[in-house]
Amino acid sequence: MTDTSRRKLILGGLAAAAGVAGLDVAARLAEKYGLVPPDHGGIYGPGETLNYAFQRVFARHSLAREFPSSMISARPFPNEIAPPSDAFKHLQAGGFADWRLTIDGLVDRPAAFSLDQLRSFPRNSQITEVSCEEGWSYVAQWTGVRLSHVLNLAGVRPQARYVVYFSIEPEWWDSIDIDEAMHPQTFLTYGMNDNDLPVGNGGPLRMRVPRQLGYKSVKFLTHLTVTDDIKRFGKGLGSAAPEGGYAWYAGV
Amino acid sequence: MATLQPAHASLGADASTSAASIPSAGLRARHPVLVRITHWIFTLCFFALLLTGIAILTSHPRFYWGETGNDLTKPWLQIPIPASRDLVPTGYHFILPDENGWSRALHFEAAWIVVFTGLLYGLFGFFAGHFRKNLLPTGAHLSWRSLSAAIGSHLKFRRPPQHEAWSYNVLQRLAYLFVIFVLFPLIVWTGLAMSPTFTAAFPSSVILLGGKQTARTIHLLASMALVLFLAVHILMIALAGFWSRTRAMITGRADAFGPPMERP
Repeated sequence: MTDTSRRKLILGGLAAAAGVAGLDVAARLAEKYGLVPPDHGGIYGPGETLNYAFQRVFARHSLAREFPSSMISARPFPNEIAPPSDAFKHLQAGGFADWRLTIDGLVDRPAAFSLDQLRSFPRNSQITEVSCEEGWSYVAQWTGVRLSHVLNLAGVRPQARYVVYFSIEPEWWDSIDIDEAMHPQTFLTYGMNDNDLPVGNGGPLRMRVPRQLGYKSVKFLTHLTVTDDIKRFGKGLGSAAPEGGYAWYAGV
Repeated sequence: MATLQPAHASLGADASTSAASIPSAGLRARHPVLVRITHWIFTLCFFALLLTGIAILTSHPRFYWGETGNDLTKPWLQIPIPASRDLVPTGYHFILPDENGWSRALHFEAAWIVVFTGLLYGLFGFFAGHFRKNLLPTGAHLSWRSLSAAIGSHLKFRRPPQHEAWSYNVLQRLAYLFVIFVLFPLIVWTGLAMSPTFTAAFPSSVILLGGKQTARTIHLLASMALVLFLAVHILMIALAGFWSRTRAMITGRADAFGPPMERP
């Protein structure tokens, strides 16, 4: 072995060691500052982590674009949904009078709110776009109460990290980090374009997360849980979406 | 065709080797190692992005201008293929398998790699003089005579003269510059302009384009232009000698028989 190749070998070894140590430090920092999504494993983990970390660093407090009312789509496209369950049809037959949104987990005051109670809370509107991962989009005016308002009523404990939310329909649930949950445009939506929210668009109650793709805006919302441990839910990937191959963080 | 003058300074891979531009028989350094590594990373990512891009577009093979567009609005372009989703009115009575989930994940992962690699290549291009010495056409390149001669020989599918193994011809330079400085930034920009989070942070990225659906449509057109570039690129390599050119991009060395400015 020549001197040059020995030197190269030593330098290469040192560089590799520094690289591994650097990656380890980076991973710890990323974990500490909440830059790592629940579905960070596997071959697509690095890409998912970069997408999520970018949002956490550059767009944590930014607002989704809002549009003038002239840009509201004439026909808001109701995407395909599975036939409603019996539980849904039963509540629908009663005019959704018995629809409840329950909140539990890391909150001081677990609660159950009717639609009328939700409507009595401060009413907010946003004209934002629904963007589907398929590529299509439409703009509508969404009316509801800020999720942060309801979470504050329930009293979120300081260690809370995620809000997990469930549709009345089976296997339909998702979650967002606590910053997204407290974001002023994250709504519990009960109205669209000055009417009740149509069933096709998620009525009577739909989560609205306008900075992420449409699938984060789960339809037919009945239950919220605040947690510090996302691994306890489903397969521990943060939502039903990653179990079907889709990203938990859907801001791209 | 005898007028094309390859600049002496751009013969070699870098300034130090091109200074002694008297070729000897055998193999000589042609492509710098950074260009070779980034070339093949780009190649891998290009195919990953192309295949996953096709899978993604099959879920909604309709394209629109402006901010919004969906099954209830009229498309500007409908690609005549079945979709991978039920509701899309394609006119076909069957749906393709839905591969959107992993396709999107791979698309974004490859996009990150392309962006990091592109930054590395861009820094090298500017600071090591690769763009200026090897890609920027010279005044002589851009004369009408030189341009028309180059276009003429390309249209006749002539095998390029030997010296072109050592320097890019004018059309090649212009095509590479167009890809590097127009298509690549455009496809990254329009990709980002489709992201609801990115446009929340940087709204002008989509407003300047005229809307999210416009961004998506330009993304498609830019990808088609890149596919066209790839087809011509491979055709030209085949014409010039597929294995010698490919070997040069792998090993960095090219055959050095005959003087590099030998005229046909």
